[in-house]
Amino acid sequence: MPSFSLSALYMNIHLKLVYVFLYVPIIVLMVLSFNKAGLPTVWSGFSLEWYGKLFENDAILNAAGNTLIVAIISTVLASILGTLLALGVQKAKTNSALDALLFAPMIIPDIVLAIALLSFFTLLEFTLGLHSIILSHVVFNIAFVCAVVRTRLKNFDYSVVEASEDLGASSFTTFRRITLPIIFPGVLAGSLLAFTLSIDEFIIAFFTAGAGASSTTLPMQIYSMIRFGVTPEINAMATIVMMVSFTLVFLSQRINKGITG
Amino acid sequence: MSNIVISLSNLNKSFGKTQAIDNVSLDFKENEFFAMLGPSGCGKTTLLRTIAGFETPDDGAVVLQGENITALRANRRPINLMFQSYALFPHMTVAKNIAYGLEMEDLSKPEIDERVADILKLTQLQKLAQRRPDQLSGGQRQRVALARALVKKPKVLLLDEPLGALDKKLRGQMQLELKRMQVEAGITFVIVTHDQEEALVMADRIALMKDGKVAQLGSPHELYERPNSRFVADFIGTMNFFDGYISGKKITLHNGLQLTGCNQDLAEGVDKGSMAVRPERISLHSQQPDNVDNCLQGTIVDMAYHGQDMNVHLEMDKKSARILVKISPGEAEAQGLKLGEKVWCAWSAQNARLLAS
Amino acid sequence: MRSPSKNLLLVAPGLGWIAMFMVIPCLLIFTLSFFERGTYGGVDYIFTLDNFVRAMDPIYVGILLDSIRIAGTATIVALLLAYPTAYAISLAPRNKQTTLLFLVMLPFWSNYLIRTYAWIVLLNREGLINNTLESIGVISEPLDILYNEFAVVTGLVYNYLPFVVLAIYASISKLNPEMREASEDLGAPAWKTFLRITLPLTMPGVAAGAVFIFVLSVGNFITPDLLGGGKLQMVGNLIYDQFLSARDWPFGATLSFILIGIMMMLLFGQAVLVNRAQLDNDKTHSHIDDEDEQSLPAINTAALDKEKSYA
Repeated sequence: MPSFSLSALYMNIHLKLVYVFLYVPIIVLMVLSFNKAGLPTVWSGFSLEWYGKLFENDAILNAAGNTLIVAIISTVLASILGTLLALGVQKAKTNSALDALLFAPMIIPDIVLAIALLSFFTLLEFTLGLHSIILSHVVFNIAFVCAVVRTRLKNFDYSVVEASEDLGASSFTTFRRITLPIIFPGVLAGSLLAFTLSIDEFIIAFFTAGAGASSTTLPMQIYSMIRFGVTPEINAMATIVMMVSFTLVFLSQRINKGITG
Repeated sequence: MSNIVISLSNLNKSFGKTQAIDNVSLDFKENEFFAMLGPSGCGKTTLLRTIAGFETPDDGAVVLQGENITALRANRRPINLMFQSYALFPHMTVAKNIAYGLEMEDLSKPEIDERVADILKLTQLQKLAQRRPDQLSGGQRQRVALARALVKKPKVLLLDEPLGALDKKLRGQMQLELKRMQVEAGITFVIVTHDQEEALVMADRIALMKDGKVAQLGSPHELYERPNSRFVADFIGTMNFFDGYISGKKITLHNGLQLTGCNQDLAEGVDKGSMAVRPERISLHSQQPDNVDNCLQGTIVDMAYHGQDMNVHLEMDKKSARILVKISPGEAEAQGLKLGEKVWCAWSAQNARLLAS
Repeated sequence: MRSPSKNLLLVAPGLGWIAMFMVIPCLLIFTLSFFERGTYGGVDYIFTLDNFVRAMDPIYVGILLDSIRIAGTATIVALLLAYPTAYAISLAPRNKQTTLLFLVMLPFWSNYLIRTYAWIVLLNREGLINNTLESIGVISEPLDILYNEFAVVTGLVYNYLPFVVLAIYASISKLNPEMREASEDLGAPAWKTFLRITLPLTMPGVAAGAVFIFVLSVGNFITPDLLGGGKLQMVGNLIYDQFLSARDWPFGATLSFILIGIMMMLLFGQAVLVNRAQLDNDKTHSHIDDEDEQSLPAINTAALDKEKSYA
């Protein structure tokens, strides 16, 4: 196709500038984390000092541990429930009310969900802690896992299930040996997504954690560090958290792609 | 002596390592129905798109009524293309779709309305004018696509696999319908198709393409009766091939049988080739016939009833390809042909062409 | 075929969870908005509409309008940045498109707080941008580009841009390329093809992206909090204050109610827009049979008589 040279040139530049816009902040943080001086004004040499200080910071380590606990448990729960939900919904007739319910957790403003849950827990006189965070995270994670698995199910050829049953397998065996292996990449991708979201989630955790260091998650810790005193350790923290997220997302993409090709 | 409306000279186009168009030169006459035929990958679509202006040739020229339009963008050429998918604008009504091209010509509103009304009448779309594409059937959409292109009164109308999306019955109707439209519109239609039957029915001239080159150019009759190569003979209709060594007008098969053909226009020194005979040109006899140019004996291994024809498959010997003979069911019955029977088949040299391998 | 009761079993736990931990809590706070604030910050279960009346107070309406204005600005900026980006990606060779999109989305998957924090580092008076501009002599005094509306809009755009690009790209990639070619073939110059064909047909993607960023920006709390420096109040901050500082839960609930109401209207409007456009970019045939067609006119076969006999 003969190209519109002027507009093609503009779009090329625009695209590159957008990538610059997207990545400069991230790169700046990463570079800073290795800056001995810790401030953006002057570069005083490459240093891992801040990473070292990070690992001596008990509060941060504690929060990181909490975050992992919350993420792992909520992901496992959400994956199971979300997958079952997707399987059940797949055969149901298209129902806009049902769809709304399945998508709502993803689109509702997190602050509204956060305070709704806080009110709910308080009203029930439910003590707050890591467990309340976990319960809350499962809600939106179910929706995400369900959405991802449903997409995979769209291309699922249901006749293999029928073939399995025709050959004498029970429903459970069919699920275990036929359905699950086939949808597994989708489940895995959804789980990785849920895990990433849980690790990064701040607002809901903030509201439903209650008081005390025992239920502080990493995002909460980061928030208070940003709010109340910026120390260069944040840059190291930020870099590590970003690298973990990126790796997880990359893996999730790879898994999903590896199957759909 | 009709005038030439478009002339393609020495066009070349490659995509990466693939040579899609290989030194093609073609002339399209005024008021003719021209078909570019060939298997997928032969370059016919690329050629069509080059004429339309969506591909720029690496070298060569596209000349429209004496004017070199090779460098002209598609939206400046007085040539219109009917897309394979019709590409109707889904957010516009039929009438607006048709008017779109006229709006690009800076015509006055009354004039646009008039021309749209005219073409709606010509294509029998008046009742559907306010409908949207998703409210039309496949055949109706095709007519809209046609109307949208024709309303601009282009010098040439290009059609990319125009009947591919239609079901079989409608296709037959539309073949004749398109012919009628071309005659009425009085402009040159150039269609691209992979369906040789379609090309035979509709076209005045056909260019059969292979690997970016024109294998043969001629009328349907010429391509059918006088194919110039094995590829052409094989592509058009069904053909029987007898392989062997050619000398003059005679061919000696591998089993020693000698047959006589009608042509001697093979290249110097060519000796390996085949004889091509149409199934309907072979007659069957229970006894060996006299006074025939070619005959051989075979066993009937299959008989398939096709309503109008009976397809009789014969086997001459284990090593040779099967022979297909088309006769009428009445004749088959009269001769009392049965499976497993040995019969004689015969044909004249006039109906047998010798082709290089 | 799976029995309906088995289906129910599969679906029940998940839906039950959502119902229990989302639907009910949300219904709860909506009902809260009809009650009074208790003396010590709890809830007095006395029915009242005072909260809604109070929400109409110019101060609060002002904050709402400010939020809408800021969210709107962010939306427009994001659309202007996103559309050419999505378009450029769609023009790239097929196999590179996934990579390009992935690279656009990647920042989106990093921690929201961290992404916002990065801009504090950049926009600071002693931050990177000011430093660079001062050292190359463009400015002599550091610019005040942090802790104000500019910073908040920048933060919002930065955080949600990837998704807007994705939404628009999804629409563009579904567009049959032959539409553009057909428009060109019919004589339209490139800009007319864009305005009359490409843009209208990609509206659903644009709408989806716009609604996404607008909705998430209006109710946003983190960005105005961190990048606004406490000086900027948007609805999200307001709600947060009511719940955690002022401890006026019913009023906070009322504000949430209003916020969700606005969002619902927008989402509804977007759905209507998509439906109205009735877009069918597919190449598959329509659902209407050709047999219903009126018969074609009689054809004069004599006029087509050519030497086509094969005899």
